[in-house]
Amino acid sequence: MRTSTTGRVGQYVALLAYLVFLAFPFLWLISIAFKSPRELGSLHPTWIPRDPTLDNFRQAFDEQPLLRAAGNSLLAALGAAVIAVLIATPLAYVMARRRTLLARAATGWVVVSQAFPLVLVIIPLFLVLKNLRLINSLFGLVLVYVVWALPFALWMLVGYVRAVPEELEEAAAVDGAGRLRTLVSVTAPLLAPGIVATALFAFITAWNEFFFALVLLKTPEKQTLPVVLTHFIGAEGVADLGPLAAAAFLATLPSLVVFALIQRRITSGMLAGAVKS
Amino acid sequence: MRTKWLIGLVLALLLTGCTGSDSGKNDGSVTLRFQSLAWQEESVAANQQLVKEWNATHPDVKVEYVQGSWDSVHDQLLTSFEGGEAPDIIHDASDDLADFAYGGYLADLTDLLPARLKSDIPQRSWETATFGDGIYGVPFLQEPRVLIANATWLKESGVRIPTPDKPWSWTEFRRITGELGGDGTYGIAWPLKEPVSATLNLSLSAGGQLFHRSADGKVTIRFEKGDEVVPRTVHDQANTDHSASPTTLGSSGSDTLPGFFGGKYAMVPLGFSYRQQIVQQAPKGFDWQVLPAPAGADGLSQGVSPQTLSVAEDSPHKKEAVEFIDYLLQPKNMVRLALGDWMLPTGTQALKAPALHTTENGWATGTALAAHLRSAPAQSVRGYPEWKDKVATPAFQEYYSGAIGLDELRARLEKDGNLVLARYQR
Repeated sequence: MRTSTTGRVGQYVALLAYLVFLAFPFLWLISIAFKSPRELGSLHPTWIPRDPTLDNFRQAFDEQPLLRAAGNSLLAALGAAVIAVLIATPLAYVMARRRTLLARAATGWVVVSQAFPLVLVIIPLFLVLKNLRLINSLFGLVLVYVVWALPFALWMLVGYVRAVPEELEEAAAVDGAGRLRTLVSVTAPLLAPGIVATALFAFITAWNEFFFALVLLKTPEKQTLPVVLTHFIGAEGVADLGPLAAAAFLATLPSLVVFALIQRRITSGMLAGAVKS
Repeated sequence: MRTKWLIGLVLALLLTGCTGSDSGKNDGSVTLRFQSLAWQEESVAANQQLVKEWNATHPDVKVEYVQGSWDSVHDQLLTSFEGGEAPDIIHDASDDLADFAYGGYLADLTDLLPARLKSDIPQRSWETATFGDGIYGVPFLQEPRVLIANATWLKESGVRIPTPDKPWSWTEFRRITGELGGDGTYGIAWPLKEPVSATLNLSLSAGGQLFHRSADGKVTIRFEKGDEVVPRTVHDQANTDHSASPTTLGSSGSDTLPGFFGGKYAMVPLGFSYRQQIVQQAPKGFDWQVLPAPAGADGLSQGVSPQTLSVAEDSPHKKEAVEFIDYLLQPKNMVRLALGDWMLPTGTQALKAPALHTTENGWATGTALAAHLRSAPAQSVRGYPEWKDKVATPAFQEYYSGAIGLDELRARLEKDGNLVLARYQR
């Protein structure tokens, strides 16, 4: 079927509009981060700062320990991503391949668990972690993030496992490969893009998470980046806009870098999930 | 291979570097955690410097500065109290303390406060942190609502410039805003995104009280003549005289500043501390001044919810915590904190500091208002947050936008409001 020129132009315009819509908040954030306070108070704001300044970045770093907070966030997010994937991958394999009542019940529970609001679980969770002496501990926070990310990670990975044809595993078995060898040499490589996508999901969730980090981490040395960002906001929502934008811009960079580095793998992972055997 | 190495490294880091930090001290020294909500550059610096000075002179009682956030302090404190992990010294606002005080989470400071501090802060300020028979916080910083005006505009218009001694009446204020506006400009821009506390606090000047406590301690809402003055002025400015910008009614104070600097509005009613943003953001040569809010039958009175310092009930070192608060609020230190936050100190000695009486940036006008500040009408009323969110905020917003009249406003505030309060007072 051939698409008319008008139709193709329309598609490109729609795509461009969508990209602008997606990019607007980020580009505006960058614009604010480089503006002076006087420019921020202007009635006629411009995209490109008239008098660009790095003062907001200087002030942000002077006022708050952003690097330390970024390090804490990175540790928590990486830890959550690695542990969630290590736990979710074998579980997802079992849930996808063994269609038992238990596997179906587990899938149902995964869906239901997504419905719990944060405020419902935070106080019991706080008390449990306190008894385990894991308050004010990044390890405790990582455990929370793993538990929080696990249901969705499982859900994602079950889809990826189902996309790997069982016939390939059967063929490997016919060729004499054992169960473990089949999993490691045949299934795992095909599952790799899905695992990367799942790890990325867990990483981003943990990197951006605010509420658990706020209530579980007590000392300034342990606080993560989203918590430190709120220190630029005052009573009644008044914000120190320039330094806040500068710090928020820096906070978005790791996610962008990780996405850029593994974008190809994610794309192929998503496609793998979409193909039927 | 590389992947395995990476996973191993992350796990090792997590297990070795991230475990809990609760390390008890065996040398007899005490460590207090002080959670501060200071957020402006000068304010954070003043707090941290004072903690440093305390630590240098008090080797046995160390204070650890912990940065909190206004945006999330209530939820964060609630979980900390429930989990027994609250900071020893807590910075908050007096209108956030009622639930914590009645819930038994905060220490009653009545018998712990030194006489110097108790007598230095006026009784009307102590009332903001008194719940039942106990005092649950030390009020130390407060800010009146003032009018920030375009000085050039006012001078050219020839209107009488109000002073704390001769303020505008609400009637005069309405007339003058009508004279100032025109041709796409407005005499005033009311930033009323949160209309309830602004309206109630300013209504004290006209004798508005709204909440009436009976002999048995129960509170009922009555919207009387004094309560009508401020809402009716704002409503008529926006809907009858068209001297107030209708678009800023849903805005925050910060949102109105670009329009103010751009010459769209002659005046903006803001909290006193907004002067810091104005100094930072105003275009070069922009001449502005601080005016007192209009006065009514009760003069310049207005309600405030001061910033407070409290001590957690679970803290094992309440005496030391109060000693630190007393140090932090010595008159000269209170002045440093006030200047850092661009607010007024509650202490009578601190209020005498020359730095707070200069005409520069309107300090003198604000300081002259300190004696007129009262406890915000609603802050000790249980159920107020629910009444505010579910009943009063939508009712005031609809009234100010012209969607409902004064009778409907009264009916909703009283009828729906008393139903809400009754649930908290059974």
